Amino acid sequence: MRTRREIRARKALRDRIVYHGIGIGTAFFFLAPFAVSFLASFRPNSESGRPPLPPWPISGLSFDAYRALDSFGAGIWQHMFNSLLVSIGTVVLTVAVSVLAGYGFSRYRFPFKNALFVLIIATLMVPFQSILTPLFIILARLGLNNSLVGLMLVYVTLQLPFSVFMMRNAFDAVPKEIEEAARIDGARDLKLLVRVLLPLVMPGIATVSIFAFLNAWNEFFAALVLLSSNDNYTLPVLMTAVRAGRLGAINWGAVQAGVAVMVVPCLFVFLLLQRYYMRGLMAGAVK
Amino acid sequence: MTTSALTSATRRRRPKRQAGWRGLIYIAPAMALVTLFFVLPVLFTLWMSLHKWPLLGEPAWIGLRNYTRMFTDARFFNALGFTAHYTLIVTIAIFAVAFPLAIFVEKQRPLVSLYRTIVFLPVVVGLASASLLWVWLANVDSGLFAPLFDILGLTSGRINLLAKFDTAFLTIIVMVVWKIAGFTMIILLTGLQAIPAELTEAARIDGAGRWQRFRHLTLPLMRRTMALALILSVTGSILAFDQFYIMTSGGPQNKMISVVYYIFNQSFVSFNLGYGAALSIALLLILVTLSVVQLWLLKVGDERP
Repeated sequence: MRTRREIRARKALRDRIVYHGIGIGTAFFFLAPFAVSFLASFRPNSESGRPPLPPWPISGLSFDAYRALDSFGAGIWQHMFNSLLVSIGTVVLTVAVSVLAGYGFSRYRFPFKNALFVLIIATLMVPFQSILTPLFIILARLGLNNSLVGLMLVYVTLQLPFSVFMMRNAFDAVPKEIEEAARIDGARDLKLLVRVLLPLVMPGIATVSIFAFLNAWNEFFAALVLLSSNDNYTLPVLMTAVRAGRLGAINWGAVQAGVAVMVVPCLFVFLLLQRYYMRGLMAGAVK
Repeated sequence: MTTSALTSATRRRRPKRQAGWRGLIYIAPAMALVTLFFVLPVLFTLWMSLHKWPLLGEPAWIGLRNYTRMFTDARFFNALGFTAHYTLIVTIAIFAVAFPLAIFVEKQRPLVSLYRTIVFLPVVVGLASASLLWVWLANVDSGLFAPLFDILGLTSGRINLLAKFDTAFLTIIVMVVWKIAGFTMIILLTGLQAIPAELTEAARIDGAGRWQRFRHLTLPLMRRTMALALILSVTGSILAFDQFYIMTSGGPQNKMISVVYYIFNQSFVSFNLGYGAALSIALLLILVTLSVVQLWLLKVGDERP
């Protein structure tokens, strides 16, 4: 009896060791590139060209890499500001437009309702990479070529299928009785939407916001095509200049610093709002 | 009877008509954006593809000549071939990593949500950031891999991973797997968790081994989820651009030009905007076809139990 229990205990221990062994190995593979690059970005100039073995600074912490990054383009603060402006603008506009549309699709009946909803969702099928040339020309006609506002509007449009779908489902989940009660109390239309319903669909708004932020912050191809002047570059486009180097020499310290500047906000936002991110992912997967 | 039906009909119709306009007002901003930045550009792409359209000067109507040119353009076919090759390999690689990971993180065990989160982290950073990070790691002089492989005795001396097609391709595949596997893992995980526990239990009692259960129970029940993960991976890979542009600049010997990269070169480097539009229409047709196949695949998954 006792030996049997011992064997079982030993097996459980072995299982646990194997499980955590695999877990730690996997975690190492997925974390190491971040860790190596992040540590290496604090090495002084004299070390930044050398292989990261070990990755941490040997002769003291230094911000040389960040200073080098700052010497590209219009300065790192300007480009961070551009990226932030586009991302936050995209979030605000996406939320505003998709809340209105989600509410309209959920609560009202109007001609061609289903056709219009399908049209919005169907835009997912067409890759935006294939319509960039006309976008470039249309934005130029609107006086929005090489403009962060133009880029923002394109990003908002790209977010719409997912966001409108999410917000319509969020409003569908709100019981009609709440709305009727508020209506009797005299709340109507926009007032009803903002005061009564908005707090109830907050989780949906959080999901829409985090996806809009990450996609706008990380987007590279449209920004590369649509922005033409140095001052307007978002971070990913600035980094192509850093990656190209000067006079044939690449400052790898600046590359590491740039990666850190681009990656840290994403990881931060994700870890903070993980629950809402995963909800959105599941909704998309189940759809 | 008839009068009461009539009055109720008119009574119902009235608020409906009023509501009709309200509803349209709410969706108007979304429709305006979709029309201006989506429907119009798609139609415009079609229109442009029928012209010789230089950056400066007047566009000239040339009918279908952009399309006939496409069929004799060897570089376009190279790009198509490379993209297909890349899509196939990277999809297999992602599944080979993501499926075991999904099974690994399926059961509720201590620290399992931490492992899930860590595997998922690279998904939320941009592909451009990931490419930059890995192009440094793969750099022969200042990176990590070349000296590390040298020290570990895997290679004799430092080799330049990005200088040869095979090693550069492998580096990009590993980078993309690192970046995307967590995403596919979560998709597959939702499928795994949807399998009722009683079913697995019943199979176990009936004496089905672990492999048998996987082969005859898990896989068939995962058909729909796998179709979804497969399609997401395939459509994503066909549109690949960032990694080739940032990591290898399309090299070595321009062997890594994907379809989107080729369209980019034609439209925004050579400024053959008309021809670029025709190529875009081809890409669009390929993806719409895939989307239709996707819907069909998911439906097939629905019908079978």
